Amino acid sequence: MTKQVQQLDRVIIRFAGDSGDGMQLTGDRFTAGTAEFGNDLSTLPNFPAEIRAPAGTLPGVSSFQLHFADHDILTPGDAPNVLVAMNPAALKANLGDLPRGADIIANTDEFTKRNLQKVGYDGNPLEDDSLAEWRLHPVPLTSLTVKALEGFTLSKKDAERSKNMFALGLLSWLYHRPTEATIQFLENKFAKKPDIAKANIAAFQAGWNYGETTESFSVSYEVKPAKLPPGVYRNISGNQALAYGLIAASVQARLPLFLGSYPITPASDILHELSKHKRFGIRTFQAEDEIAGVGAALGAAFGGALGVTTTSGPGVALKAETVGLAVTTELPLLVVDVQRAGPSTGMPTKTEQTDLLMAMFGRNGESPLPIVAPSTPSDCFDAAIEAARLAVKYRTPVMLLSDGYLANGSEPWKVPSAAELPDISTEFATGPNGEDGVTFLPFKRDAETLARPWAIPGTAGLEHRIGGIEKAENTGNISYDPGNHDKMVRLRQAKIDGIAQDIPPLEVDDPDGDARVLVLGWGSTYGPIAAAVRRIRKSGGKVAQAHLRHLNPLPANTGEVLRAYDKVLLPEINLGQLALLLRARFLVDIISYNRVRGLPFKAEELAGVIQDVIDSE
Amino acid sequence: MSEIQNGRGLSLVPKSDVKLGMKDFKSDQEVRWCPGCGDYAILAAVQSFVPELGLKRENMVFVSGIGCSSRFPYYMNTYGFHSIHGRAPAIATGLAASRPDLSVWVITGDGDALSIGGNHLIHALRRNVNLNILLFNNRIYGLTKGQYSPTSEIGKITKSTPMGSLDKPFNPISLAIGAEASFVARTIDSDRKHLQSVLREAAEHRGTSLVEIYQNCNIFNDNAFEPLKDPEQRDDITLRMEHGRPIVSASKAVRRAADGGIEVVPRAEVREDEILVHDAHRADPSLAFALSRLDEPSFEHVPIGVFRSVERPSYDELMAGQLEEAVGDRGRGDLDDLLLAGDTWRIG
Repeated sequence: MTKQVQQLDRVIIRFAGDSGDGMQLTGDRFTAGTAEFGNDLSTLPNFPAEIRAPAGTLPGVSSFQLHFADHDILTPGDAPNVLVAMNPAALKANLGDLPRGADIIANTDEFTKRNLQKVGYDGNPLEDDSLAEWRLHPVPLTSLTVKALEGFTLSKKDAERSKNMFALGLLSWLYHRPTEATIQFLENKFAKKPDIAKANIAAFQAGWNYGETTESFSVSYEVKPAKLPPGVYRNISGNQALAYGLIAASVQARLPLFLGSYPITPASDILHELSKHKRFGIRTFQAEDEIAGVGAALGAAFGGALGVTTTSGPGVALKAETVGLAVTTELPLLVVDVQRAGPSTGMPTKTEQTDLLMAMFGRNGESPLPIVAPSTPSDCFDAAIEAARLAVKYRTPVMLLSDGYLANGSEPWKVPSAAELPDISTEFATGPNGEDGVTFLPFKRDAETLARPWAIPGTAGLEHRIGGIEKAENTGNISYDPGNHDKMVRLRQAKIDGIAQDIPPLEVDDPDGDARVLVLGWGSTYGPIAAAVRRIRKSGGKVAQAHLRHLNPLPANTGEVLRAYDKVLLPEINLGQLALLLRARFLVDIISYNRVRGLPFKAEELAGVIQDVIDSE
Repeated sequence: MSEIQNGRGLSLVPKSDVKLGMKDFKSDQEVRWCPGCGDYAILAAVQSFVPELGLKRENMVFVSGIGCSSRFPYYMNTYGFHSIHGRAPAIATGLAASRPDLSVWVITGDGDALSIGGNHLIHALRRNVNLNILLFNNRIYGLTKGQYSPTSEIGKITKSTPMGSLDKPFNPISLAIGAEASFVARTIDSDRKHLQSVLREAAEHRGTSLVEIYQNCNIFNDNAFEPLKDPEQRDDITLRMEHGRPIVSASKAVRRAADGGIEVVPRAEVREDEILVHDAHRADPSLAFALSRLDEPSFEHVPIGVFRSVERPSYDELMAGQLEEAVGDRGRGDLDDLLLAGDTWRIG
């Protein structure tokens, strides 16, 4: 039987199942196949903080959404075209996001009376008419998998566990994905358990064959490769890109990297990644707590290392005093905050932009520091290098604000060559800097950057003491002099403010130059905002877009940009933190749009908000 | 893993080409402790002892937390870092772990090390980072003007405890031994010779050495250690511990007790061969712990000296060893190779 093949320009698939069903792995593998095929793509994993929530319950549902297309795309997609539901809980938890007419592939074996009752279904939605608005494909995934593996000496339980690979095989057939890489992956992953490897490959192939022979699927789909700029690509998540950015920063700064960190969701993967790369001279130190993590990083920085600490919001709160010490001792330090939903423990696996004001002001005293925020998963690489550049050049702690959406999301990345990366190296002090030619003044500043010398232990003649007590200008000796304190407070502020001259101006994307509404964003909202702006323009609307990477100091032209438009709309996944800063600083009446749901914005949602603002002109 | 080259604490620290003296280690800063403070004696003892180590001055770093004792680094003409309350062991850990060529000293007090910084102290000890931690124990909060500390005796009347403190104090030696410390010692601010001999052993120990220094605060807790200084009784109550020698004071001796523990008895009542001979290098810490328990705030008898000194790989060496091993196996990392590792594809 030859089946019909239909061309699509883009598809959004969501794999959903129990936390133990292997949905993240399934999504990762489908992503790898899609990347290899050459589509542009963007992913959104969504999983509970619990390692194994009670099986079959709504809180235990884990999902992975993948958007792939024959053109460049900006987000993981608003609403899935296809939902793979491994059990009733997965169906119930995700049905609300599913537009009418979308495909549902449901694992009928798990729709038992007990499982249905667990999530509050009175009847079986696969058998009554409640799913009539969607295209339902009931597939007994578990029993088909077990049947396919009859020839293997596996327990029933082990055989059932391969059902995610059966589903992957079926979806790979449905969307014409290449299979070799997945087979290779399974062989490597289970290299020490060849039986399990063979069983998983058999399940994967059985899923593919099922698609080809079953009548449940009469059509398969093709999404042609995207036309992206030439180059070598790989798929990369935000956390991996950030880790690679830190390694690149260490190489480009010619400083050994020292990471002091304490495990915390969703930042731990950066620690895991960096701990694998000792060949780059990287020291990773899993500290006893968040405070020790940043303390050790600062101690290493005093000794001449690129000191880094990685954490999430609760950890930043704990590190605040040490970051203040770095501000006043004027040592380079990188503080990576992978923001998550707060306050307190909040929702550890969900995303938010709610730490901006903590990054700005969350320390005692006047303690300014630069803040840099990446805009996409792959941008975490460049943002990490930029944050390190500022830390090293200006001898200051820098806050790098990623978030859970960037950390776990992924996209294709055009891999740069090391030769293209900026040189961010600096010089250690080697001799006296006093006018008498013999004295060393640890707090004498560079006239241009206002940075103080970085004199590391082991350098003869530059022995000096630093600390948290206020220091006299130039000498760094303890000083309680009122005038000196006022001066030092202002100097530290001026040093950070001056960075505005060393960063690119805020660029505005306004193709015709006649938009009256500017939509501004920062951090991970870039994708949804840009996608929304495209929609508005496609339907003939005029809107300008600008996105801030440097939150402190702001680019020198920020006020000018804001004042050039009748209306400035600022969507944030918080209650208006950047809006508060901009209103205070520029007296511009920012229109905020805020949702704090632990999820990224949807492009359609933002397009509606932008349109409303345009219409109110 | 690379083999541990040398168990000695100073083997990786460069030696000075010139002979340095006490004056070379005095900074130009005015010392601002209260007149009569025990910290002066400790500072003078350290300044006059460190030249003996023969190290380059620029390779010595003093890191401190907050408290009276933590002003110490300002007075040493070496590199110094006066940090924040309780965090000196953490900051020093990052420094020492990444710079094995430094001799790193942590100056802390009973409040700094055992209250706010207790967590960092125990973890530094178990990791065996190459640090020398000098814990100035005056059993009081001085800089905040006289509250009880985690080493104050129960019932201590202070500004914050007008009816007496309620909590049982830490015994810093017991705590350190319990935290897997490889070097633990006690000495007194007023006994310069003993203080310096303990510091020397601590400096030469590779790994974390914890030295508790009984230090008098003449403002808020004067004479806290008076029995150990009073010529009338000090020789009787001070049990000197020297490796390979019987543990005795002028009139007392330590011996194995019938119940399996150890006890202090009048020296006249024991035969010489019954007296416990000190073994600081004993792998099993239980005897050192038992010795630490002889000391009660009453000062009936107080063991002084090195409780425990055992060889164990230090954290910085182990960390450097893993780096060397990783490079040895696959060569130094190359950024282009890293970025291109894994699944890639080419467009155009």
